[in-house]
Amino acid sequence: MSLISLSAFDLSIAALLVLALAITSALLGLGLGRQLLVAAIRTTLQLLLIGFILKFLFENLHLGWMSLMATVMLVAAGYEVMQRQKHRFRGAWGYGMGTFSMFLSSFSLALFSLVVIIGNDPWYQPQYAIPLLGMMLGNTMSGISLGLDRLTQSARQQRAAIEARLMLGHSWSQAISLIRHDSMRVGMIPMINAMAAAGLVSLPGMMTGQILAGSPPLEAVKYQILIMFLITVGTGFGTMTAVWLGARRLFDERHRLRLDRLITKE
Amino acid sequence: MALLELQSVIAGELAPWSMALESGECLLLNGPSGSGKSRMLRAIADLDLHQGQALLEGKPCSGFSPPQWRQQVGMLAAESAWWEEQVGAHFAGEVDKALLQALGFGPEVMSWQLARCSTGEKQRLALLRLLNNQPRVLLLDEPTASLDPVNVARVEQVIIDYMKTYQAAAIWVSHDPQQIQRVASRHVEIRQDELCEVAL
Repeated sequence: MSLISLSAFDLSIAALLVLALAITSALLGLGLGRQLLVAAIRTTLQLLLIGFILKFLFENLHLGWMSLMATVMLVAAGYEVMQRQKHRFRGAWGYGMGTFSMFLSSFSLALFSLVVIIGNDPWYQPQYAIPLLGMMLGNTMSGISLGLDRLTQSARQQRAAIEARLMLGHSWSQAISLIRHDSMRVGMIPMINAMAAAGLVSLPGMMTGQILAGSPPLEAVKYQILIMFLITVGTGFGTMTAVWLGARRLFDERHRLRLDRLITKE
Repeated sequence: MALLELQSVIAGELAPWSMALESGECLLLNGPSGSGKSRMLRAIADLDLHQGQALLEGKPCSGFSPPQWRQQVGMLAAESAWWEEQVGAHFAGEVDKALLQALGFGPEVMSWQLARCSTGEKQRLALLRLLNNQPRVLLLDEPTASLDPVNVARVEQVIIDYMKTYQAAAIWVSHDPQQIQRVASRHVEIRQDELCEVAL
């Protein structure tokens, strides 16, 4: 079984279908036509770009290039987390909190699994390292965004209840405990659901890709299980870290609720 | 030594407030809406950033951990807020039965759902929640605002009795001139952002 290569003509047919969708939605007045086309063009360009970068990395195997690539991915994921917040923290915290949590969880976990579990030689073989890190960051990013977003929104909505607890002499940690739990759960539930539905409702993308590329299904399945576990652990610890840091940052050293440390996106 | 001392506490637009409150004293604070009465109480409870400092029996607020300070200098917000569904879940220790009765509740109130309580009931329960902590100083932001006359009398009596029993002091925000006559031992009025002590 070998991979059937797609020609430019094949992709053009699919592109025409996207165009048809854009025209239909424009006719219906959904106001999505332009957005859809821009997104389609972005997808094409971004994926082509990453294709060239991967090609370069595969041909020039070097830890330095790999570290650079990994750093760029982390920085981009951190920026994305910040962008998805309706109310984000002022100053360096807004960016640092999510990035640090991802560094702590998905970054170190990807490293661990490359060295200990997969054990490739060299361990930073881009063929494994980049997709692995990409999937870890992508999922952890969603968990952290959801968790932090819930945290800050709830803190604003339930300000009176939080302060009522402070007035009764509860510590900052007690005062925010219910919201903190809730936010951690919100960040982690999508991954738990994804694990539960894997194979029954959805065929995970990586496994599908490996099978398309000609891997034996059971090998692909084993990799998919590994990835699901790693993503879950990365998302879980990442979300916990980010939400804990965020909750701490909502209070100052005198246990005052400091909503002025948030800025609301226009 | 004064129970509560304020040294140039600044909250919002108000001029710095310095005063000493002895145990057993009940200071009524009134002034136009939006003049910063609640913000002053919040500053004393150390809930907002502020200038100046408050001292409890000569020890500055910064010498206490924030939870300790707020247990001793307990504030009752104008609108009560709750975080669990059941009334009882908001009470840490044993609830004082006599206090419960004095506020017009039976012991079954602890199993009530908050969603089914009226504003007035919640306000009385919030007072119960505060007093159950046994604070030395009470910061009361219109504690009788949404109560009917029977319950206004109840709440006033409960607070007066509490202050006697625990040698506590209170800063009580109120708009009702008759309430000032009934409960105040001192009266401070806000006039053009100044806090002026007036004779009763």
